[in-house]
Amino acid sequence: MVVRDRSLPSRLFDWFNYGFLGVLAATCLAPLIHMLAVSLSARGPAAAGEVTFWPIGFHLEAYSYILGSHLFLNAFRVSLMRVVVGVAVQMSLVILTAYPLTREPEELPGRNIIMWFFFFTMLFEGGLIPTFLLVRSLGLLDNFFALILPFALPVYSMIIMMNFFRTLPKSLYESAMIDGASHWVIMWRIFVPLSKPAIATLSLFSMVFHWNEWFFGSIYLNDYYKWPLQTYLRQLLQNIDFARVTMADIDLLQRVSDRTFVLAQLFVATIPILMVYPFLQRYFVKGIVLGSVKE
Amino acid sequence: MLIPGIVAIFIFKYVPMYGVIIAFQDYRPIQGILGSDFVGLHWFRFVVRMPHFTNILRNTFVIAVGKVVADQVVAIAFALLLNEIRVRWYKRSLQTAVYLPNFLSWVIIGGIFIDILSTRGILNDFIAMLGFERQFFLGSNRWFQFTMIWTDVWKQFGFNAILYLAALTSINPELYESAIIDGANRAQQIRRITIPGMMATIILLATLNLGQIMEAGFEQILVMYNPAVYRTGDIIDTFVYRAGIIDGQYSLAAAVGLGKSVVAFVLIVVSYRLAYRYAGYRIF
Repeated sequence: MVVRDRSLPSRLFDWFNYGFLGVLAATCLAPLIHMLAVSLSARGPAAAGEVTFWPIGFHLEAYSYILGSHLFLNAFRVSLMRVVVGVAVQMSLVILTAYPLTREPEELPGRNIIMWFFFFTMLFEGGLIPTFLLVRSLGLLDNFFALILPFALPVYSMIIMMNFFRTLPKSLYESAMIDGASHWVIMWRIFVPLSKPAIATLSLFSMVFHWNEWFFGSIYLNDYYKWPLQTYLRQLLQNIDFARVTMADIDLLQRVSDRTFVLAQLFVATIPILMVYPFLQRYFVKGIVLGSVKE
Repeated sequence: MLIPGIVAIFIFKYVPMYGVIIAFQDYRPIQGILGSDFVGLHWFRFVVRMPHFTNILRNTFVIAVGKVVADQVVAIAFALLLNEIRVRWYKRSLQTAVYLPNFLSWVIIGGIFIDILSTRGILNDFIAMLGFERQFFLGSNRWFQFTMIWTDVWKQFGFNAILYLAALTSINPELYESAIIDGANRAQQIRRITIPGMMATIILLATLNLGQIMEAGFEQILVMYNPAVYRTGDIIDTFVYRAGIIDGQYSLAAAVGLGKSVVAFVLIVVSYRLAYRYAGYRIF
Protein backbone atom coordinates (compact mmCIF):
# COMPACT_ATOMS: atom_id res chain seq x y z
CA MET A 1 0.00 0.00 0.00
CA VAL A 2 1.25 3.44 -0.85
CA VAL A 3 -0.58 5.46 1.73
CA ARG A 4 -0.25 4.42 5.37
CA ASP A 5 -1.95 5.38 8.54
CA ARG A 6 0.74 6.72 10.87
CA SER A 7 -1.47 7.88 13.71
CA LEU A 8 -0.69 6.82 17.28
CA PRO A 9 -3.64 4.42 17.74
CA SER A 10 -2.74 2.81 14.46
CA ARG A 11 0.85 2.29 15.52
CA LEU A 12 -0.15 1.00 18.93
CA PHE A 13 -2.39 -1.47 17.20
CA ASP A 14 0.54 -2.59 15.04
CA TRP A 15 2.72 -3.14 18.09
CA PHE A 16 0.02 -5.17 19.74
CA ASN A 17 -0.75 -7.10 16.58
CA TYR A 18 2.84 -8.06 15.81
CA GLY A 19 3.35 -9.21 19.38
CA PHE A 20 0.05 -11.03 19.71
CA LEU A 21 0.39 -12.98 16.48
CA GLY A 22 3.97 -13.82 17.39
CA VAL A 23 2.76 -15.35 20.65
CA LEU A 24 -0.02 -17.19 18.82
CA ALA A 25 2.42 -18.67 16.33
CA ALA A 26 4.70 -19.63 19.22
CA THR A 27 1.88 -21.57 20.86
CA CYS A 28 1.54 -23.58 17.67
CA LEU A 29 5.19 -24.61 17.85
CA ALA A 30 5.64 -24.77 21.62
CA PRO A 31 4.17 -28.27 22.10
CA LEU A 32 6.42 -29.62 19.37
CA ILE A 33 9.50 -27.95 20.83
CA HIS A 34 8.58 -29.23 24.27
CA MET A 35 8.32 -32.75 22.87
CA LEU A 36 11.73 -32.45 21.26
CA ALA A 37 13.31 -30.98 24.39
CA VAL A 38 11.98 -33.75 26.64
CA SER A 39 13.01 -36.46 24.22
CA LEU A 40 16.56 -35.13 24.21
CA SER A 41 16.81 -34.84 27.99
CA ALA A 42 18.22 -37.19 30.58
CA ARG A 43 15.76 -39.44 32.38
CA GLY A 44 15.87 -37.65 35.73
CA PRO A 45 14.91 -34.13 34.69
CA ALA A 46 12.37 -35.47 32.20
CA ALA A 47 10.69 -37.51 34.92
CA ALA A 48 10.64 -34.66 37.38
CA GLY A 49 8.99 -32.46 34.77
CA GLU A 50 11.82 -29.94 34.84
CA VAL A 51 12.25 -29.73 31.10
CA THR A 52 10.41 -26.96 29.31
CA PHE A 53 11.76 -25.88 25.94
CA TRP A 54 15.42 -26.78 26.20
CA PRO A 55 16.83 -30.23 26.95
CA ILE A 56 18.33 -30.74 30.41
CA GLY A 57 21.21 -33.16 30.67
CA PHE A 58 21.32 -33.60 26.93
CA HIS A 59 20.98 -37.27 26.10
CA LEU A 60 20.48 -39.26 22.90
CA GLU A 61 19.59 -42.41 24.77
CA ALA A 62 15.96 -42.34 23.68
CA TYR A 63 16.98 -42.06 20.05
CA SER A 64 19.54 -44.80 20.21
CA TYR A 65 16.88 -46.96 21.84
CA ILE A 66 14.51 -46.27 18.96
CA LEU A 67 17.12 -47.11 16.35
CA GLY A 68 17.58 -50.43 18.06
CA SER A 69 13.88 -51.10 18.39
CA HIS A 70 12.76 -53.76 16.03
CA LEU A 71 9.11 -52.85 16.30
CA PHE A 72 9.63 -49.18 15.65
CA LEU A 73 11.86 -49.67 12.62
CA ASN A 74 9.54 -52.25 11.19
CA ALA A 75 6.52 -49.98 11.58
CA PHE A 76 8.46 -47.16 9.95
CA ARG A 77 9.22 -49.41 6.98
CA VAL A 78 5.55 -50.44 6.67
CA SER A 79 4.54 -46.77 6.66
CA LEU A 80 7.01 -45.92 3.91
CA MET A 81 5.71 -48.82 1.83
CA ARG A 82 2.17 -47.72 2.47
CA VAL A 83 2.90 -44.18 1.33
CA VAL A 84 4.64 -45.32 -1.87
CA VAL A 85 1.99 -47.85 -2.88
CA GLY A 86 -0.94 -45.85 -1.53
CA VAL A 87 -0.03 -42.63 -3.33
CA ALA A 88 0.65 -44.47 -6.59
CA VAL A 89 -2.73 -46.22 -6.46
CA GLN A 90 -4.66 -43.12 -5.44
CA MET A 91 -3.10 -40.84 -8.03
CA SER A 92 -3.48 -43.37 -10.85
CA LEU A 93 -7.14 -43.81 -10.10
CA VAL A 94 -7.73 -40.11 -9.57
CA ILE A 95 -6.29 -39.27 -12.99
CA LEU A 96 -7.82 -42.24 -14.78
CA THR A 97 -11.27 -41.45 -13.42
CA ALA A 98 -11.11 -37.67 -13.71
CA TYR A 99 -10.08 -37.61 -17.36
CA PRO A 100 -13.15 -39.28 -18.92
CA LEU A 101 -15.47 -37.33 -16.64
CA THR A 102 -14.31 -34.06 -18.18
CA ARG A 103 -16.07 -35.11 -21.39
CA GLU A 104 -19.53 -33.83 -22.15
CA PRO A 105 -22.46 -36.28 -21.86
CA GLU A 106 -22.80 -36.25 -25.66
CA GLU A 107 -19.37 -37.76 -25.95
CA LEU A 108 -19.58 -40.05 -22.94
CA PRO A 109 -23.10 -41.39 -22.59
CA GLY A 110 -24.17 -41.66 -18.97
CA ARG A 111 -21.46 -39.21 -17.86
CA ASN A 112 -23.80 -37.47 -15.43
CA ILE A 113 -25.04 -40.72 -13.94
CA ILE A 114 -21.46 -41.88 -13.40
CA MET A 115 -20.64 -38.53 -11.83
CA TRP A 116 -23.50 -38.98 -9.39
CA PHE A 117 -22.41 -42.54 -8.72
CA PHE A 118 -19.16 -41.08 -7.37
CA PHE A 119 -20.57 -37.96 -5.79
CA PHE A 120 -23.23 -39.84 -3.84
CA THR A 121 -20.52 -41.51 -1.74
CA MET A 122 -19.64 -38.07 -0.39
CA LEU A 123 -23.18 -37.69 0.89
CA PHE A 124 -23.93 -41.09 2.34
CA GLU A 125 -21.85 -43.94 3.68
CA GLY A 126 -22.50 -47.41 4.98
CA GLY A 127 -20.44 -46.64 8.04
CA LEU A 128 -17.68 -48.26 10.01
CA ILE A 129 -19.22 -51.63 10.84
CA PRO A 130 -20.41 -52.69 7.36
CA THR A 131 -17.08 -51.54 5.92
CA PHE A 132 -15.16 -53.52 8.50
CA LEU A 133 -17.27 -56.64 7.89
CA LEU A 134 -16.72 -56.25 4.14
CA VAL A 135 -12.96 -56.02 4.49
CA ARG A 136 -13.04 -59.04 6.76
CA SER A 137 -15.15 -61.10 4.36
CA LEU A 138 -12.80 -60.18 1.52
CA GLY A 139 -10.05 -61.85 3.52
CA LEU A 140 -8.08 -58.62 3.75
CA LEU A 141 -7.62 -58.67 7.53
CA ASP A 142 -3.94 -58.76 8.38
CA ASN A 143 -3.16 -58.02 4.75
CA PHE A 144 -1.11 -54.98 3.74
CA PHE A 145 -3.62 -54.17 1.01
CA ALA A 146 -6.30 -53.48 3.60
CA LEU A 147 -4.40 -50.21 4.02
CA ILE A 148 -4.53 -49.47 0.29
CA LEU A 149 -7.61 -50.80 -1.48
CA PRO A 150 -10.41 -49.29 0.65
CA PHE A 151 -8.82 -45.90 -0.01
CA ALA A 152 -8.01 -46.54 -3.67
CA LEU A 153 -10.05 -43.64 -5.03
CA PRO A 154 -10.51 -40.47 -2.94
CA VAL A 155 -13.59 -39.01 -4.60
CA TYR A 156 -13.03 -35.44 -3.48
CA SER A 157 -9.51 -35.39 -4.94
CA MET A 158 -10.89 -36.86 -8.14
CA ILE A 159 -13.41 -34.03 -8.40
CA ILE A 160 -10.70 -31.43 -7.80
CA MET A 161 -8.62 -33.08 -10.53
CA MET A 162 -11.57 -33.08 -12.88
CA ASN A 163 -12.28 -29.42 -12.18
CA PHE A 164 -8.65 -28.64 -12.89
CA PHE A 165 -8.65 -30.59 -16.16
CA ARG A 166 -11.67 -28.57 -17.21
CA THR A 167 -9.77 -25.31 -16.88
CA LEU A 168 -7.37 -26.44 -19.64
CA PRO A 169 -8.16 -24.94 -23.03
CA LYS A 170 -10.61 -27.07 -25.01
CA SER A 171 -8.75 -26.39 -28.25
CA LEU A 172 -5.81 -28.51 -27.08
CA TYR A 173 -8.06 -31.50 -26.76
CA GLU A 174 -9.88 -30.82 -30.01
CA SER A 175 -6.79 -30.39 -32.14
CA ALA A 176 -5.24 -33.55 -30.67
CA MET A 177 -8.44 -35.40 -31.52
CA ILE A 178 -8.28 -34.13 -35.09
CA ASP A 179 -4.68 -35.30 -35.31
CA GLY A 180 -5.98 -38.74 -34.44
CA ALA A 181 -4.50 -39.05 -30.95
CA SER A 182 -6.10 -41.66 -28.73
CA HIS A 183 -7.55 -40.78 -25.33
CA TRP A 184 -4.61 -42.43 -23.60
CA VAL A 185 -2.20 -40.24 -25.50
CA ILE A 186 -4.23 -37.09 -24.86
CA MET A 187 -4.49 -37.85 -21.16
CA TRP A 188 -0.88 -38.82 -20.69
CA ARG A 189 0.84 -36.42 -23.09
CA ILE A 190 -1.35 -33.34 -22.77
CA PHE A 191 -3.52 -33.32 -19.66
CA VAL A 192 -1.07 -34.79 -17.17
CA PRO A 193 1.94 -32.58 -18.07
CA LEU A 194 -0.24 -29.46 -18.00
CA SER A 195 -1.67 -30.38 -14.60
CA LYS A 196 1.56 -30.77 -12.68
CA PRO A 197 0.68 -28.27 -9.93
CA ALA A 198 -2.67 -29.92 -9.28
CA ILE A 199 -1.14 -33.39 -9.36
CA ALA A 200 1.62 -32.30 -7.00
CA THR A 201 -0.91 -30.87 -4.58
CA LEU A 202 -3.12 -33.94 -4.59
CA SER A 203 -0.11 -36.26 -4.30
CA LEU A 204 1.05 -34.39 -1.23
CA PHE A 205 -2.38 -34.65 0.34
CA SER A 206 -2.43 -38.33 -0.48
CA MET A 207 1.02 -38.75 1.07
CA VAL A 208 -0.01 -37.00 4.26
CA PHE A 209 -3.18 -39.09 4.43
CA HIS A 210 -1.36 -42.39 4.09
CA TRP A 211 1.40 -41.39 6.48
CA ASN A 212 -1.01 -40.16 9.14
CA GLU A 213 -3.81 -42.71 8.87
CA TRP A 214 -3.74 -45.06 11.85
CA PHE A 215 -7.29 -46.02 12.75
CA PHE A 216 -7.94 -48.52 9.98
CA GLY A 217 -4.49 -49.95 10.51
CA SER A 218 -5.54 -50.68 14.08
CA ILE A 219 -8.78 -52.46 13.17
CA TYR A 220 -7.73 -54.27 9.99
CA LEU A 221 -4.39 -55.51 11.27
CA ASN A 222 -3.96 -57.61 14.39
CA ASP A 223 -0.42 -58.72 13.71
CA TYR A 224 1.72 -55.94 15.11
CA TYR A 225 4.50 -56.68 12.68
CA LYS A 226 2.19 -55.37 9.96
CA TRP A 227 1.26 -52.13 11.69
CA PRO A 228 2.16 -48.82 10.09
CA LEU A 229 4.01 -46.40 12.33
CA GLN A 230 1.05 -44.31 13.45
CA THR A 231 -0.90 -47.40 14.45
CA TYR A 232 2.07 -48.64 16.42
CA LEU A 233 2.35 -45.27 18.18
CA ARG A 234 -1.33 -45.29 18.99
CA GLN A 235 -1.01 -48.66 20.72
CA LEU A 236 2.00 -47.36 22.58
CA LEU A 237 0.03 -44.40 23.90
CA GLN A 238 -2.87 -46.58 24.85
CA ASN A 239 -0.72 -48.92 26.90
CA ILE A 240 1.25 -46.20 28.57
CA ASP A 241 -1.58 -43.74 29.19
CA PHE A 242 0.32 -40.82 30.72
CA ALA A 243 -2.82 -39.34 32.17
CA ARG A 244 -3.34 -42.25 34.46
CA VAL A 245 0.29 -42.83 35.25
CA THR A 246 0.67 -39.35 36.64
CA MET A 247 -2.35 -39.84 38.86
CA ALA A 248 -1.30 -43.17 40.19
CA ASP A 249 1.63 -43.47 42.50
CA ILE A 250 3.69 -45.86 40.44
CA ASP A 251 7.37 -46.34 40.01
CA LEU A 252 8.72 -43.07 38.72
CA LEU A 253 11.63 -44.61 36.94
CA GLN A 254 9.32 -46.60 34.78
CA ARG A 255 7.57 -43.44 33.75
CA VAL A 256 10.79 -41.65 32.97
CA SER A 257 11.93 -44.09 30.44
CA ASP A 258 8.47 -44.18 28.98
CA ARG A 259 8.18 -40.46 28.69
CA THR A 260 11.43 -39.68 26.91
CA PHE A 261 11.13 -42.75 24.70
CA VAL A 262 7.53 -42.16 23.71
CA LEU A 263 8.11 -38.52 22.90
CA ALA A 264 11.23 -39.40 20.92
CA GLN A 265 9.22 -41.85 18.86
CA LEU A 266 6.48 -39.31 18.28
CA PHE A 267 9.10 -36.86 17.12
CA VAL A 268 10.71 -39.28 14.69
CA ALA A 269 7.25 -39.94 13.24
CA THR A 270 6.81 -36.24 12.51
CA ILE A 271 10.13 -35.94 10.69
CA PRO A 272 8.79 -37.10 7.29
CA ILE A 273 6.00 -34.52 7.55
CA LEU A 274 8.53 -31.83 8.41
CA MET A 275 10.57 -32.89 5.40
CA VAL A 276 7.73 -32.48 2.93
CA TYR A 277 6.31 -29.46 4.72
CA PRO A 278 8.14 -26.87 2.55
CA PHE A 279 6.59 -28.47 -0.53
CA LEU A 280 3.26 -28.79 1.18
CA GLN A 281 3.27 -25.14 2.05
CA ARG A 282 4.08 -24.18 -1.50
CA TYR A 283 1.20 -26.15 -2.94
CA PHE A 284 -1.58 -26.54 -0.44
CA VAL A 285 -2.80 -22.97 -0.48
CA LYS A 286 -3.29 -23.34 -4.20
CA GLY A 287 -4.83 -26.77 -3.71
CA ILE A 288 -7.38 -25.70 -1.17
CA VAL A 289 -8.44 -22.67 -3.10
CA LEU A 290 -8.60 -24.87 -6.19
CA GLY A 291 -10.94 -27.25 -4.44
CA SER A 292 -13.44 -24.82 -3.14
CA VAL A 293 -13.52 -21.74 -5.31
CA LYS A 294 -13.97 -22.01 -9.00
CA GLU A 295 -15.67 -20.38 -11.90
CA MET B 1 -10.47 -45.80 -17.96
CA LEU B 2 -13.42 -45.51 -15.65
CA ILE B 3 -13.59 -49.16 -14.77
CA PRO B 4 -10.96 -49.33 -11.96
CA GLY B 5 -12.49 -46.33 -10.20
CA ILE B 6 -16.03 -47.61 -10.56
CA VAL B 7 -15.05 -51.05 -9.28
CA ALA B 8 -13.16 -49.63 -6.29
CA ILE B 9 -16.00 -47.34 -5.31
CA PHE B 10 -18.61 -50.01 -5.89
CA ILE B 11 -16.86 -52.52 -3.66
CA PHE B 12 -15.69 -50.27 -0.87
CA LYS B 13 -18.52 -47.71 -0.78
CA TYR B 14 -21.65 -49.29 -2.21
CA VAL B 15 -21.32 -52.80 -0.81
CA PRO B 16 -21.13 -51.38 2.76
CA MET B 17 -24.32 -49.42 1.98
CA TYR B 18 -25.96 -52.76 1.28
CA GLY B 19 -24.30 -54.07 4.43
CA VAL B 20 -26.30 -51.68 6.60
CA ILE B 21 -29.16 -54.19 6.54
CA ILE B 22 -27.43 -55.93 9.43
CA ALA B 23 -28.81 -53.04 11.49
CA PHE B 24 -32.22 -54.67 11.02
CA GLN B 25 -30.95 -58.17 11.77
CA ASP B 26 -29.60 -60.18 14.62
CA TYR B 27 -26.36 -60.50 12.73
CA ARG B 28 -24.14 -63.52 13.45
CA PRO B 29 -20.86 -63.63 11.55
CA ILE B 30 -21.16 -67.38 11.00
CA GLN B 31 -24.60 -67.07 9.42
CA GLY B 32 -23.67 -64.02 7.37
CA ILE B 33 -25.96 -61.32 6.05
CA LEU B 34 -28.16 -63.75 4.14
CA GLY B 35 -28.61 -66.20 6.99
CA SER B 36 -29.11 -63.91 9.98
CA ASP B 37 -32.58 -63.36 11.48
CA PHE B 38 -34.50 -60.22 10.65
CA VAL B 39 -35.44 -58.27 13.78
CA GLY B 40 -36.89 -55.07 12.31
CA LEU B 41 -36.30 -51.98 14.38
CA HIS B 42 -35.26 -53.90 17.49
CA TRP B 43 -31.77 -52.34 17.72
CA PHE B 44 -33.01 -48.84 17.12
CA ARG B 45 -35.51 -49.21 19.97
CA PHE B 46 -32.83 -50.75 22.12
CA VAL B 47 -30.40 -47.90 21.52
CA VAL B 48 -32.92 -45.15 22.12
CA ARG B 49 -33.73 -46.68 25.50
CA MET B 50 -30.10 -46.87 26.59
CA PRO B 51 -29.44 -44.41 29.42
CA HIS B 52 -26.08 -43.53 27.86
CA PHE B 53 -27.69 -42.66 24.49
CA THR B 54 -28.61 -39.09 25.41
CA ASN B 55 -25.04 -38.54 26.59
CA ILE B 56 -23.66 -39.67 23.25
CA LEU B 57 -26.02 -37.47 21.28
CA ARG B 58 -25.42 -34.45 23.46
CA ASN B 59 -21.65 -34.89 23.45
CA THR B 60 -21.52 -35.28 19.69
CA PHE B 61 -23.60 -32.18 19.19
CA VAL B 62 -21.90 -30.00 21.81
CA ILE B 63 -18.37 -30.88 20.76
CA ALA B 64 -19.08 -30.62 17.03
CA VAL B 65 -20.90 -27.30 17.24
CA GLY B 66 -18.33 -25.94 19.66
CA LYS B 67 -15.59 -26.84 17.21
CA VAL B 68 -17.30 -25.42 14.14
CA VAL B 69 -17.92 -22.12 15.89
CA ALA B 70 -14.57 -21.82 17.67
CA ASP B 71 -12.57 -23.00 14.64
CA GLN B 72 -14.15 -20.51 12.29
CA VAL B 73 -14.24 -17.55 14.67
CA VAL B 74 -10.56 -17.95 15.53
CA ALA B 75 -9.69 -18.47 11.86
CA ILE B 76 -11.53 -15.31 10.82
CA ALA B 77 -9.95 -13.27 13.59
CA PHE B 78 -6.53 -14.62 12.70
CA ALA B 79 -7.01 -13.84 9.00
CA LEU B 80 -8.07 -10.29 9.85
CA LEU B 81 -5.07 -9.70 12.09
CA LEU B 82 -2.62 -11.36 9.74
CA ASN B 83 -3.90 -9.17 6.94
CA GLU B 84 -2.71 -6.14 8.89
CA ILE B 85 0.87 -7.41 9.01
CA ARG B 86 2.93 -5.60 6.41
CA VAL B 87 6.40 -7.07 7.00
CA ARG B 88 6.46 -9.89 4.53
CA TRP B 89 9.01 -12.22 6.10
CA TYR B 90 7.21 -11.94 9.42
CA LYS B 91 3.89 -12.76 7.81
CA ARG B 92 5.39 -15.77 6.05
CA SER B 93 6.98 -17.08 9.26
CA LEU B 94 3.70 -16.75 11.11
CA GLN B 95 1.93 -18.72 8.41
CA THR B 96 4.59 -21.42 8.41
CA ALA B 97 4.14 -21.89 12.15
CA VAL B 98 0.36 -21.93 12.31
CA TYR B 99 -0.25 -24.17 9.31
CA LEU B 100 2.03 -26.93 10.57
CA PRO B 101 -0.12 -28.67 13.23
CA ASN B 102 -2.78 -29.43 10.63
CA PHE B 103 -0.48 -31.91 8.94
CA LEU B 104 0.31 -33.95 12.01
CA SER B 105 -1.86 -36.92 12.89
CA TRP B 106 -4.07 -37.03 15.94
CA VAL B 107 -1.92 -39.82 17.27
CA ILE B 108 1.06 -37.51 17.42
CA ILE B 109 -0.84 -34.47 18.57
CA GLY B 110 -2.86 -36.54 21.02
CA GLY B 111 0.33 -38.06 22.37
CA ILE B 112 1.89 -34.66 22.88
CA PHE B 113 -1.21 -33.21 24.50
CA ILE B 114 -1.69 -36.20 26.78
CA ASP B 115 1.77 -35.35 28.08
CA ILE B 116 1.34 -31.58 28.20
CA LEU B 117 -2.14 -31.64 29.74
CA SER B 118 -1.51 -34.27 32.40
CA THR B 119 -1.61 -33.12 36.02
CA ARG B 120 2.19 -33.10 36.09
CA GLY B 121 2.46 -31.71 32.57
CA ILE B 122 3.94 -28.43 31.49
CA LEU B 123 0.62 -26.61 31.23
CA ASN B 124 -0.32 -27.51 34.79
CA ASP B 125 3.15 -26.50 35.95
CA PHE B 126 2.46 -23.12 34.44
CA ILE B 127 -0.99 -22.92 36.02
CA ALA B 128 0.47 -23.88 39.39
CA MET B 129 3.20 -21.27 38.99
CA LEU B 130 0.50 -18.62 38.57
CA GLY B 131 -0.97 -19.80 41.86
CA PHE B 132 -3.99 -21.72 40.58
CA GLU B 133 -4.98 -25.29 41.20
CA ARG B 134 -3.86 -28.02 38.82
CA GLN B 135 -6.62 -29.27 36.53
CA PHE B 136 -7.10 -32.71 35.11
CA PHE B 137 -7.91 -31.65 31.55
CA LEU B 138 -8.28 -35.10 30.03
CA GLY B 139 -9.57 -36.97 33.04
CA SER B 140 -12.40 -34.84 34.37
CA ASN B 141 -15.85 -34.40 32.93
CA ARG B 142 -15.66 -30.75 33.73
CA TRP B 143 -12.83 -30.10 31.27
CA PHE B 144 -12.95 -32.78 28.63
CA GLN B 145 -15.23 -31.13 26.05
CA PHE B 146 -13.49 -27.82 26.48
CA THR B 147 -10.14 -29.52 25.93
CA MET B 148 -11.36 -31.29 22.79
CA ILE B 149 -12.64 -28.06 21.27
CA TRP B 150 -9.54 -26.03 21.98
CA THR B 151 -6.98 -28.65 21.00
CA ASP B 152 -8.91 -28.89 17.74
CA VAL B 153 -8.73 -25.12 17.31
CA TRP B 154 -5.00 -25.33 17.99
CA LYS B 155 -4.60 -27.87 15.20
CA GLN B 156 -6.89 -26.33 12.61
CA PHE B 157 -7.23 -22.59 12.92
CA GLY B 158 -4.29 -21.62 10.73
CA PHE B 159 -5.35 -23.99 8.03
CA ASN B 160 -8.95 -22.82 8.26
CA ALA B 161 -7.75 -19.27 7.78
CA ILE B 162 -6.34 -20.05 4.33
CA LEU B 163 -9.62 -19.58 2.49
CA TYR B 164 -10.30 -16.33 4.30
CA LEU B 165 -6.83 -15.07 3.47
CA ALA B 166 -7.35 -16.04 -0.16
CA ALA B 167 -10.51 -13.95 -0.16
CA LEU B 168 -8.60 -11.00 1.28
CA THR B 169 -5.94 -11.02 -1.42
CA SER B 170 -8.63 -10.43 -4.00
CA ILE B 171 -9.75 -7.16 -2.43
CA ASN B 172 -8.76 -4.24 -4.61
CA PRO B 173 -6.04 -2.21 -2.80
CA GLU B 174 -7.42 1.00 -4.28
CA LEU B 175 -10.37 0.64 -1.94
CA TYR B 176 -8.04 1.08 1.03
CA GLU B 177 -6.20 3.95 -0.59
CA SER B 178 -9.33 5.93 -1.30
CA ALA B 179 -10.63 5.13 2.19
CA ILE B 180 -7.47 6.58 3.72
CA ILE B 181 -7.72 9.68 1.56
CA ASP B 182 -11.29 10.03 2.81
CA GLY B 183 -9.93 9.91 6.36
CA ALA B 184 -11.00 6.42 7.41
CA ASN B 185 -8.98 4.95 10.29
CA ARG B 186 -7.80 1.33 10.54
CA ALA B 187 -10.84 0.08 12.43
CA GLN B 188 -13.15 1.68 9.89
CA GLN B 189 -11.20 0.16 7.02
CA ILE B 190 -11.48 -3.29 8.55
CA ARG B 191 -15.17 -2.90 9.19
CA ARG B 192 -16.10 -1.34 5.86
CA ILE B 193 -13.69 -3.01 3.44
CA THR B 194 -11.96 -6.08 4.83
CA ILE B 195 -14.92 -7.78 6.49
CA PRO B 196 -17.32 -7.20 3.57
CA GLY B 197 -14.60 -8.57 1.30
CA MET B 198 -14.56 -11.79 3.34
CA MET B 199 -18.31 -12.08 3.69
CA ALA B 200 -18.89 -14.41 0.74
CA THR B 201 -16.29 -16.83 2.10
CA ILE B 202 -17.71 -16.61 5.61
CA ILE B 203 -21.18 -17.47 4.33
CA LEU B 204 -19.81 -20.29 2.19
CA LEU B 205 -17.93 -21.94 5.04
CA ALA B 206 -20.76 -21.41 7.49
CA THR B 207 -23.15 -23.25 5.20
CA LEU B 208 -20.70 -26.03 4.35
CA ASN B 209 -19.91 -26.54 8.02
CA LEU B 210 -23.55 -27.22 8.69
CA GLY B 211 -22.92 -30.60 7.07
CA GLN B 212 -20.24 -31.30 9.66
CA ILE B 213 -22.25 -31.11 12.85
CA MET B 214 -22.37 -34.87 13.24
CA GLU B 215 -18.57 -34.95 13.09
CA ALA B 216 -17.24 -34.32 16.56
CA GLY B 217 -13.77 -35.62 15.72
CA PHE B 218 -13.53 -39.38 15.97
CA GLU B 219 -9.77 -39.84 15.79
CA GLN B 220 -9.03 -37.02 18.20
CA ILE B 221 -11.41 -38.29 20.86
CA LEU B 222 -10.43 -41.92 20.40
CA VAL B 223 -6.81 -40.99 21.07
CA MET B 224 -7.46 -38.64 23.97
CA TYR B 225 -10.42 -39.99 25.92
CA ASN B 226 -10.54 -42.64 28.65
CA PRO B 227 -13.30 -44.39 30.61
CA ALA B 228 -13.34 -41.67 33.27
CA VAL B 229 -14.78 -39.20 30.75
CA TYR B 230 -17.21 -41.37 28.81
CA ARG B 231 -20.08 -39.34 30.24
CA THR B 232 -18.92 -36.16 28.50
CA GLY B 233 -16.51 -37.48 25.91
CA ASP B 234 -18.17 -40.46 24.28
CA ILE B 235 -19.53 -39.54 20.83
CA ILE B 236 -21.50 -41.51 18.27
CA ASP B 237 -18.40 -42.67 16.41
CA THR B 238 -16.48 -43.81 19.48
CA PHE B 239 -19.55 -45.64 20.73
CA VAL B 240 -19.96 -47.42 17.38
CA TYR B 241 -16.30 -48.37 17.49
CA ARG B 242 -16.45 -49.83 20.99
CA ALA B 243 -19.78 -51.59 20.55
CA GLY B 244 -18.94 -52.99 17.12
CA ILE B 245 -15.22 -53.50 16.76
CA ILE B 246 -14.27 -54.10 20.39
CA ASP B 247 -17.38 -55.87 21.71
CA GLY B 248 -18.52 -57.47 18.46
CA GLN B 249 -22.13 -56.28 18.74
CA TYR B 250 -22.24 -55.69 15.02
CA SER B 251 -25.96 -55.13 14.58
CA LEU B 252 -26.27 -52.70 17.46
CA ALA B 253 -23.25 -50.70 16.26
CA ALA B 254 -24.41 -50.75 12.64
CA ALA B 255 -27.82 -49.42 13.72
CA VAL B 256 -26.23 -46.47 15.52
CA GLY B 257 -23.90 -45.88 12.57
CA LEU B 258 -26.80 -45.98 10.13
CA GLY B 259 -28.74 -43.48 12.22
CA LYS B 260 -25.78 -41.16 12.06
CA SER B 261 -25.29 -41.64 8.30
CA VAL B 262 -28.92 -40.79 7.60
CA VAL B 263 -28.87 -37.62 9.68
CA ALA B 264 -25.51 -36.65 8.19
CA PHE B 265 -26.89 -37.24 4.71
CA VAL B 266 -29.74 -34.81 5.30
CA LEU B 267 -27.41 -32.23 6.82
CA ILE B 268 -24.90 -32.45 3.99
CA VAL B 269 -27.54 -32.17 1.31
CA VAL B 270 -29.09 -29.18 3.05
CA SER B 271 -25.69 -27.56 3.49
CA TYR B 272 -24.80 -27.98 -0.18
CA ARG B 273 -28.16 -26.51 -1.19
CA LEU B 274 -27.67 -23.53 1.10
CA ALA B 275 -24.09 -23.08 -0.11
CA TYR B 276 -25.36 -23.09 -3.67
CA ARG B 277 -28.15 -20.66 -2.97
CA TYR B 278 -26.28 -18.19 -0.80
CA ALA B 279 -22.70 -18.47 -2.05
CA GLY B 280 -23.11 -19.86 -5.56
CA TYR B 281 -21.01 -22.87 -4.60
CA ARG B 282 -21.01 -25.97 -6.77
CA ILE B 283 -18.71 -28.83 -6.15
CA PHE B 284 -18.64 -29.89 -9.80
